[in-house]
Amino acid sequence: MHTLYQENLLDHYRNPRNWGSLPHPTHRGSAENPTCGDKLEVDIDVWHDKIKAIRFRGSGCAVSQASASLLSEHVLGMKKEDVLSLTKETTFKLVGVPLSPVRVKCALLSLETLQQAVINS
Amino acid sequence: MQTIHHIKKQFPIFENRPDLVYLDSAATALKPELVLQSMDEYYRNYSANISRGLYPLAECATTAFEAAREKVLRFIHAESPAQVIFTANATHAINLVALGLEEIFSPGMNIVVTSLEHHSNYLPWKELAKRTKATLRVAPFHKDGFLEPQELLKHLDNQTRIVAFSAVSNVFGVQSPVEEIIKILRAKYPEVLILVDACQAVGHIEVDLLKWDADYVVFSGHKLFGPTGIGVLTGKEASLKLLSPKNVGGGTVLDACSTETRYKKLPENLEGGTPNIAGAIGLGTAIEFIESLGIDALHQHEVNLTKLLIEALTNTFGDTIRILGTTESSKRVGIVSFILKGIHPHDLAHLLGEQDISVRAGEHCASPLHLAMELGASTRVSLSLYNDEQDIEKLISAIKKALILFH
Repeated sequence: MHTLYQENLLDHYRNPRNWGSLPHPTHRGSAENPTCGDKLEVDIDVWHDKIKAIRFRGSGCAVSQASASLLSEHVLGMKKEDVLSLTKETTFKLVGVPLSPVRVKCALLSLETLQQAVINS
Repeated sequence: MQTIHHIKKQFPIFENRPDLVYLDSAATALKPELVLQSMDEYYRNYSANISRGLYPLAECATTAFEAAREKVLRFIHAESPAQVIFTANATHAINLVALGLEEIFSPGMNIVVTSLEHHSNYLPWKELAKRTKATLRVAPFHKDGFLEPQELLKHLDNQTRIVAFSAVSNVFGVQSPVEEIIKILRAKYPEVLILVDACQAVGHIEVDLLKWDADYVVFSGHKLFGPTGIGVLTGKEASLKLLSPKNVGGGTVLDACSTETRYKKLPENLEGGTPNIAGAIGLGTAIEFIESLGIDALHQHEVNLTKLLIEALTNTFGDTIRILGTTESSKRVGIVSFILKGIHPHDLAHLLGEQDISVRAGEHCASPLHLAMELGASTRVSLSLYNDEQDIEKLISAIKKALILFH
């Protein structure tokens, strides 16, 4: 049977990229899925309108945490307005496997956290 | 108790999915063929509306619907059909009570609930308190997963109008001493109204309205092998009479035209619109199904399996597993929730699902409970009559497999 837990997803869960915090972020965001306790926070450093550095941190299921890692690699160097234009389809593509409605929420937590950070400054 | 093979044969889902290990009966129970047939028969042979038509088909439908009401009445030891109100589900039933009692509330009064409640027995009261400017008081639960009478009593005073609590927590699966709680509360506050959420009790243990002495009891049909979309509000007739009809419409009224509307008596005044006729018939059949097996035999089966499950989980996973609530299986109804180190409940449930094992993960619509326990989520296994030792072995083996992936 096809599994959600492909090696790529598990790798990003076990070894999340861009994990931790930034000493002087220009933007910060946080979000939580209260129905399961998945939590994420993000620090970003925006320079000339582009994401120069990004760090995620949090706790929760593999899908929520791995999505954050995958997304962080995707947006590095991206313009702020392009980050705001990212849709849930971007996340689905990054995760790379079909998601049930419940897991969609897990996967989208990172995008919600990031876009919230971009809007805040 | 019949053999597992014989029981499973009565549930058509196992014919279509022979490898299914269904461990989520607390969310909804599977449906026996008898229940499906009785509903199908209504739709195919006499699907008329009830209490309205004057032709044989309508009389047939009305008779079957009222027969279902009688079956519920007998099952819970009520005395009159006026005490059995069909609703869409338990949530609807609780909302009927909360909305129906609104007129007796005013600022300064209070409502007592507990922090182990399902959202359906928490939010209607929270909203009622907000609308009427009454206070919502939330009593804690014992760490072993049940409610203590004296602890609940501490939260009542002379301004308490209603206390609402669950007979069995949908997370812990542990029985609270309902009769004792009600006796103790009434001894000090004889006028207080008491609602019991019996969703995880009905179909597992004997529910006797007379013994419990609650004003209101609610449950959902789909958790006792009946269809979705049907529930029951029951209780003392005098207490049900206190509810002003809020779900009004067709079927509820004697005189709709006069300035002062005249409503019918119980139960019709609280059953607005065309009810879930097939659902009620299905529920009646589900009750007969349970009675044919015997509630004591059903409960003993659950207790035996729960003991095996708790032993298997603790022996296999030792310190890495935390069972929520008492490990004393005789106090449970087949529900076991736990936290396992190294894997989030969502991931565990997903991986088990990929191996055709259905468990529930999350906060099970009980966020005050999870907040009180400082937990984000838990995994819940709920056993029923179509589960056996083999299902437990498959579950343990599947959990081990899931853990390998995460280590």
